[in-house]
Amino acid sequence: MADPFSLWRGFLARPNDDKFKIFGIATLVALVCAVAVSVTSVLLRPYQEAHVEAERQAQMERMLDTLPGLRGLMQEAGVDSLTTRLVDLETGAFVTDKEPGEFDARAAATDPEQSVAIPSEMDVANLRTRARLAPVHFLERDGTLQLVVLPISGSGYQSTIHAMLALEADLTTIAALSIIEQAETPGLGNRIEDPNWLALWPGKQIADDTGKIVISVVRGQATGPYEVDGITGATRTTNGISAMLRYWLGDHGFGPFLTRLRQEGL
Amino acid sequence: MASLLRTLTGPIIANNPVTLQILGVCSALAVTTSLVTALTMSVALTVVLCLSTGIISLISKHIPPVIRLIVQIIIIASLVIVIDGLLRAFAFEISRQLSIFVGLIVTNCLVLGRAEAFAMRNPPLPSILDGLGNGLGYSAVLIIVGTIRELLGAGTLLGVTILTPASEGGWFEPLNLMQLAPSAFFIIGFLIWSIRARWSDQIEPPKYALKTRRDAR
Amino acid sequence: MMDLLLASIFQQNLALSFFLGVCTFLAVSERFDTAVGLGLALIVVQTITVPLNNLFLNGLLIEGAWGWAGLPEVDLTFLDLIAFIGVIAAMVQILEMTLDRFAPLLYRALGIYLPLITVNCAVLGGSLFMAERQYSFTESVTYGFGGGVGWALAIISFAAIRERLKYSDIPAGLQGLGAAFLVTGLMSLGFSAFAGVTP
Repeated sequence: MADPFSLWRGFLARPNDDKFKIFGIATLVALVCAVAVSVTSVLLRPYQEAHVEAERQAQMERMLDTLPGLRGLMQEAGVDSLTTRLVDLETGAFVTDKEPGEFDARAAATDPEQSVAIPSEMDVANLRTRARLAPVHFLERDGTLQLVVLPISGSGYQSTIHAMLALEADLTTIAALSIIEQAETPGLGNRIEDPNWLALWPGKQIADDTGKIVISVVRGQATGPYEVDGITGATRTTNGISAMLRYWLGDHGFGPFLTRLRQEGL
Repeated sequence: MASLLRTLTGPIIANNPVTLQILGVCSALAVTTSLVTALTMSVALTVVLCLSTGIISLISKHIPPVIRLIVQIIIIASLVIVIDGLLRAFAFEISRQLSIFVGLIVTNCLVLGRAEAFAMRNPPLPSILDGLGNGLGYSAVLIIVGTIRELLGAGTLLGVTILTPASEGGWFEPLNLMQLAPSAFFIIGFLIWSIRARWSDQIEPPKYALKTRRDAR
Repeated sequence: MMDLLLASIFQQNLALSFFLGVCTFLAVSERFDTAVGLGLALIVVQTITVPLNNLFLNGLLIEGAWGWAGLPEVDLTFLDLIAFIGVIAAMVQILEMTLDRFAPLLYRALGIYLPLITVNCAVLGGSLFMAERQYSFTESVTYGFGGGVGWALAIISFAAIRERLKYSDIPAGLQGLGAAFLVTGLMSLGFSAFAGVTP
């Protein structure tokens, strides 16, 4: 019985145009590379996910930090983090039979059983599908709403942008915009994460007096409370942000929820 | 020893991947809007280049010619995915800057080009040095373009304000063209001109010379 | 669908807006006829590989694709890069063999440039964009065709300009590659004008 070593050396000694060797090397390289990539992916996934989760928490914390006085409010209310509840986007009502902790928003958006297709004329943010439920985060004090944070997402120039929009108690004034995840062009589109640009958002109004959602990022300088200054060279990215806001604040997104919240309160 | 040194230093000016070999140009445009991204990309590419030329050179004798291109590509792609995975697990901050560039490194013709042109027919040590040399040459171009684009496009270098822009009360009006990708083309074009003005052996001979009356006589 | 086609040719031109495949773009555009040959070959490869990769992605890689085998949680999307490259390389190889058998003149005219398409970042870039934007099968066909046409359009126009540049009296240091970079920069500035066009 020939030993494996000499079998291996025999295989390597074959000429490079020998059919057996061609298949052999191809299979071997494919196998080694596939195993290397798969093993590292599987082994490293928990570390990566831990980082992503920590980053998401840090993002939330950072956004909360940008809101003046919020920390003080939270202390007065006796809470150290926002409450999270699940909302049914179609009815705008809170969901009581599911815990926010068990809900994976990103997975639900593409799972056919937990999502709906977005009709193309309403799909300005190019999302195709959206989950039926969404988590929203609140700060309430003595039963009155102080702040509500909505997770939003949409298509940017070359990546999907995930963000959080914080609205003040009147549900029309923006308290803050925070970008959670994006992979836009470095130096151009990714300047949406620049704190100086994000600092332009607090105080802007999402809707005009008729209730129509008009907030958008314009090219050049903003001229009113419904507009935010653009970023040179990042028009398509900021158009994505405008589209995203219009979708999620509209009737197919959080619109019904915000309307119900305005009428009935918490 | 001298030839090893030449392998290392050749690609920095005399055989620069971007300005002479026309390799690795695509990424030189997108990542040079600021110096820090240019530096990150340079380091990442040089690491991948050295590792891939080393690995491919080690097994080069046994790669059948008919499948050599795909074998090289698979090795390079797997290397980049593994490095990106490691970074995302253990150096999250850096990986956030780099993840976008990962796709750019895999398709970077420079990595494949050097693997095909050099690593396939040379022993491991010269191949790694060739990879390092080309990485340095590529980095040099990227750093020059990145510096010019960030300085003139935003007035900063590595985030530190050097020329106070008008929007912050200074005198400097940032050149918005520098923030668009075509400016990288212009800068590299002029860079090539300056290099060839000094090292005239790189000048391409004209393909067609007008015949003047003097020649006709 | 028409919007997608026009957008992929003009507003999102793979060569002049995203700067993919620029190396081949600069290296092969010195002669008009080779540029035309490469452009046409690229259209064919792009039109075939983007939909093929779409099928591959949705049939084998995404989460839930292996449900029929009783493994619904398996998510292989991290292999997308390698899978796409594999498909592209295989397609180019098949195209090479087909041309050699049925159109030997064209095959010889293209020469080395056919295998060059395998490593063209524009081809991989098109598939990666398709995956990122989650196109359907028909959208992939349109996007593949449009992307290829856009790149071909760019390189053919560029080659035409370079042929004319041969007769110009430009400084010796700019001759050839230097002028090519400057012209490409100008072309891409021109194409960026399409960005504001809405159908």
